Amino acid sequence: MSEERHMIPVWFFVGILLFIFGILIFVTGLAEWSHPPATELANLHPPVWWGALMIVMGGLFIQFTRPGKKTK
Amino acid sequence: MILSGVLLYSLVVAPAAVTGKMISLQPVDLAIIIIYFAAVLGIGFYLKGYAKRGEDFFVAGREMTAWVAGLAFISANLGSLELLGWAGNAYQYGILAAHWYWVGAIPAMLFLALIMMPFYYICKTHSVPGYLELRYGHATSGLSAITFAVMTILMSGVNMYAMAVVMQVILGWNIHFSIWASSLTVGIYVAMGGLFSAIFNEVIQFFLIWLGALLIPILGLIQAGGWSGMVAKIHQRFAGQDFTHMWGPMVNPAQNPMGVQWIAIVFGLGAVLSMGYWTTDFLVVQRVIAAKDIRAAKTAPIIGAFFKMAVPFIVILPGLLGRAVLPYHLYPANMATAGQHTYDQVLPLMMARYLGPGLLGLGITALIAGFMSGMAGNISAFATVWTYDLYRPFIKKDATDRHYVAMGRWCTMIGLLVSIAAAYIVTHFGSLMDYVQALFSFFIAPLFGTVIIGMLWKRATKKAGFFGLLAGITTAISIFVLMHGHPERVAWFCFYAGAKSLAQQMWQALWAFVAVIVVSVLVTMVTMPRPENELKGLVMGLTDVPSEGHLPLVKRPVFWAGVCFVVFLILQWIFR
Repeated sequence: MSEERHMIPVWFFVGILLFIFGILIFVTGLAEWSHPPATELANLHPPVWWGALMIVMGGLFIQFTRPGKKTK
Repeated sequence: MILSGVLLYSLVVAPAAVTGKMISLQPVDLAIIIIYFAAVLGIGFYLKGYAKRGEDFFVAGREMTAWVAGLAFISANLGSLELLGWAGNAYQYGILAAHWYWVGAIPAMLFLALIMMPFYYICKTHSVPGYLELRYGHATSGLSAITFAVMTILMSGVNMYAMAVVMQVILGWNIHFSIWASSLTVGIYVAMGGLFSAIFNEVIQFFLIWLGALLIPILGLIQAGGWSGMVAKIHQRFAGQDFTHMWGPMVNPAQNPMGVQWIAIVFGLGAVLSMGYWTTDFLVVQRVIAAKDIRAAKTAPIIGAFFKMAVPFIVILPGLLGRAVLPYHLYPANMATAGQHTYDQVLPLMMARYLGPGLLGLGITALIAGFMSGMAGNISAFATVWTYDLYRPFIKKDATDRHYVAMGRWCTMIGLLVSIAAAYIVTHFGSLMDYVQALFSFFIAPLFGTVIIGMLWKRATKKAGFFGLLAGITTAISIFVLMHGHPERVAWFCFYAGAKSLAQQMWQALWAFVAVIVVSVLVTMVTMPRPENELKGLVMGLTDVPSEGHLPLVKRPVFWAGVCFVVFLILQWIFR
């Protein structure tokens, strides 16, 4: 999208946000590992794996759409 | 989708039943919300440099890929009030609520993609009233543009108020803070980047909504023991009631909680109401008009349709899971007493049940993002229709492109202020909300009738377009007035006295559509048709739609539309 005008693709912004949010959620999950919150199924540590998933997704979006990356 | 509008009234009149806020946010949650606000403003500022021409500001340069247009198309409809309202409907009606996501959306989206999009795109219109201008002339376009502009702004205000109340109930936030913080943020980023900003934020919102909401059904299913475990728990807790079948209870309206029969679902919802919304509501169509070429424009609604089919997983399933796992029952808004929760609060209750710090911030951000992008959609659509369909043809015809862009920016902010004023009016006169939402539904079905007859029948005349649309609107309003407050008259139009408001809406739409067709045909018969050369690019049979025969199968929109429709049919079979 908008390659002719060198606009940063929306996917890059999506990646940045997912990556930042993923880190915040992942770190929060690790910090509360030994004393999980009083939510249901907290013993499964959902913030850790959900945060990790978001970091990976965000990282992939950033990697493949970062400004300056050459496209075919 | 606006179809849920009337039901959401219960969402905001319910707070009396709840004491105190439902959810407490931690610093990490607030950090996520603040980062989101900073990001959308930053993106708006960045995009300002790309929105200098009218073509950029109002139709995003017509350079969106199919994926971007498709996700924006679906996100414009995936607002937070939708999520909350339909999760509540799922708790109340069970999986019947999924009709609004499947039969009430998929056929219409595919119809838009394959049949209608080529005409919108080839005639290079900037809006739906713009198409009516080309097809039927000033009068029909003006009528459509005025009703759309007024209703869009009022609806935006009503949604603003509803969301502020929701934030107050869920988080304890001040109503004025919610209204001003969110609307000013939206106003600034739309005024800067126009439709570019709106679409970028809709794509971001799409990911936030899914990532913020998807954990609830996943964890809920784990806890309930999978789908079969959930169904068993629901049957155990609500014996004798069917919440998990979509078509079986439709044979007799007395056997389902909506009081609706299959004919109203298929023809009222599937063939008219959803067609009207998905193919002629400019709020959603604008996203597809911004596609970079005709194949992208046809593919975008199909991509949207695939995701739309999946939305019940994050909306309907949490409502059903609420029936299975919540240790208490929820109640209708008008029956809940102190300490009890209402149907429409099922989603925040499920969020509070499964999401801890961090994840909760993500979920709340998803709700805020959904609300803000919905408002951005309304405001950007209003700016386009006001500037191109009302200001340019009726007030200042020959101004420069720069002038119209400036007008677009100004009316973005003015439209927003009018919305805020509408929100405050609703604050003081709550019952107005019900009427404003009903008003919007008056125009959807008639507009669809007028557009589709214009696209498919070259003989339809200018006067037929205008009088057909007028007759449809008049019919819808008349039926609403006759039924409203007079339950004994409901059977006149719905063939069942127990039809609930959703069923009434479907029949109202069906009759309004019939009125448009009948009046349009009759008026056409007694008026002069337009010369065919004036209708090229506007009407089937007189428009050269580029062939896709040379493309590989997997690149043809019609192939993916077929796949989508087969999946849709399989879903109907599974949950019949």
